[in-house]
Amino acid sequence: MGITWVTDWIRQSARVISEHRVELITLDREIGDGDHGENLDRGFTAVMAKLDDLPPNSVPGDALKLVATTLISTVGGASGPLLGTAYLKAAGAVGKEPELDGAAIVALLTAARDGVVLRGKAEVGDKTMIDSWSPAVDAATAALAEGKNEVQILQAAADAAEAGAESTEPLIARKGRASYLGERAIGHRDPGSQSSALLIRAAADTAAADESVVA
Amino acid sequence: MKKLINDPKNVVAEAVAGISAAHGDLVTVFYDPIYIVRKDAPISGKVGLVSGGGGGHEPLHGGFVGFGMLDAAVPGPIFTSPTPDPILAATKAVDGGAGVLHIVKNYTGDVLNFETAADLASADGIEVRTVIVDDDVAVKDSLYTAGRRGVAGTVLVEKIAGAAAERGADLDAVTAVATKVNAQTRTLGIALTAPTVPHAGEPSFTLADDEIEIGIGIHGEPGRERIKLEPADAIVDRMLAPILEDLPFASGDSVLLFVNGMGGTPLVELYIVFRRAAEVLAEQGITVTRTLVGNFVTSLEMQGASITVLKLDDELTELWDAPVQTAALRWGR
Repeated sequence: MGITWVTDWIRQSARVISEHRVELITLDREIGDGDHGENLDRGFTAVMAKLDDLPPNSVPGDALKLVATTLISTVGGASGPLLGTAYLKAAGAVGKEPELDGAAIVALLTAARDGVVLRGKAEVGDKTMIDSWSPAVDAATAALAEGKNEVQILQAAADAAEAGAESTEPLIARKGRASYLGERAIGHRDPGSQSSALLIRAAADTAAADESVVA
Repeated sequence: MKKLINDPKNVVAEAVAGISAAHGDLVTVFYDPIYIVRKDAPISGKVGLVSGGGGGHEPLHGGFVGFGMLDAAVPGPIFTSPTPDPILAATKAVDGGAGVLHIVKNYTGDVLNFETAADLASADGIEVRTVIVDDDVAVKDSLYTAGRRGVAGTVLVEKIAGAAAERGADLDAVTAVATKVNAQTRTLGIALTAPTVPHAGEPSFTLADDEIEIGIGIHGEPGRERIKLEPADAIVDRMLAPILEDLPFASGDSVLLFVNGMGGTPLVELYIVFRRAAEVLAEQGITVTRTLVGNFVTSLEMQGASITVLKLDDELTELWDAPVQTAALRWGR
């Protein structure tokens, strides 16, 4: 999978974030400050505006770096630096490779997760986007070890990310604004885990679509 | 939602344009990206003070740019931290060669974005220090949370550090005094109603007609507990107890007592709060030697108030009294 998949993934990400903008705002209003959907939508809208300027011979890492710098400079809040760092580290992990195999996809997801941890210092169970990213990385790693192909690896990651987002519902938050609520955060899904699950699902969906075109 | 706005997307940009139109003698406003700079910046040899954070807390921070206080303010979108770009631009604009102090309220987004901007400024050869303000006693266990929030005490840090910088203190000294103010300041806030973020269109939380929220933040995030509405004096007693035992403040202390409105509470109520708070402090042998009452760190149209107590000494008192000339605080000049 190459630059076509990555740019498709980015376009699909912008689409799903826009479609889920109100849902993310609502989740964030319950346990945060109600800006998550708005901020991400603003960021991905800015990414879309820049995507067409990507030079024709670009590789996946170039597109990921474009997303990173654009999110860092447009999103604000905590999610801007956190997701921006995720894409930046993912770009670094795939380097100048024009085509990504299963191992490269796992390396991309792992670097993204590690980037979020580096900046935000959250652990699994803190009720943050890490609760989506970490199970996704684990599932992708396991799928690679089982000899699955790129699409299957991403689908395993997306399934695990969605389950991870759901797993934040009974948790007390230990990072971010929801941490101020104590037990009152219980019963609410973390908006950052939800948006990250959407982004990882977008990666799987576009990979599957690209594969069916090739087949 | 009923608001005096045009398009929710333009709220912050149009507000800073208003600041420019009203206070063009004090500040210069930049629009792409948005930041507000003291008219005579950069001042050669003076430490630059930059603060910022989500919009919706006006007059914080743009109203505090000027002589004796901030050199620049960086407003993000409503309740959303600014990105590193405008923070970096503001930092460069106020660097007079003596370094820049970032005054950052302790929220995850603010801290991360200011941290990134400080890294970039350092790479450009500007010496940047950061003081994180975390005066809110409502957050109980900092081990299992993002830590105490920076709330109304931020104004006191900005005023006193700004006075130190204005009289020529170096970056170490300005950082030290800002750190000291934060260490000696405690705040607790309450809300009677929730604010409505313009682009969200609905209140950030819901409170019944007879409920209030104790330990509220300034971004519409709910506090720690919800109780039935009580008379003002009883609420003030509830607010002051955790403040006083936290530092702790003791008999014989001299303090600055600051009653801050959250945007939707009239001054008449703030003075009722002040009256009771002053009574309680007097009963405990604590002398109020400096005061501040008004809407300085707001949360859009939220009804509510916070009480801040700063333990003063001669140095801090003198810096508090020093001249200041900004849109929202002005004396001695």
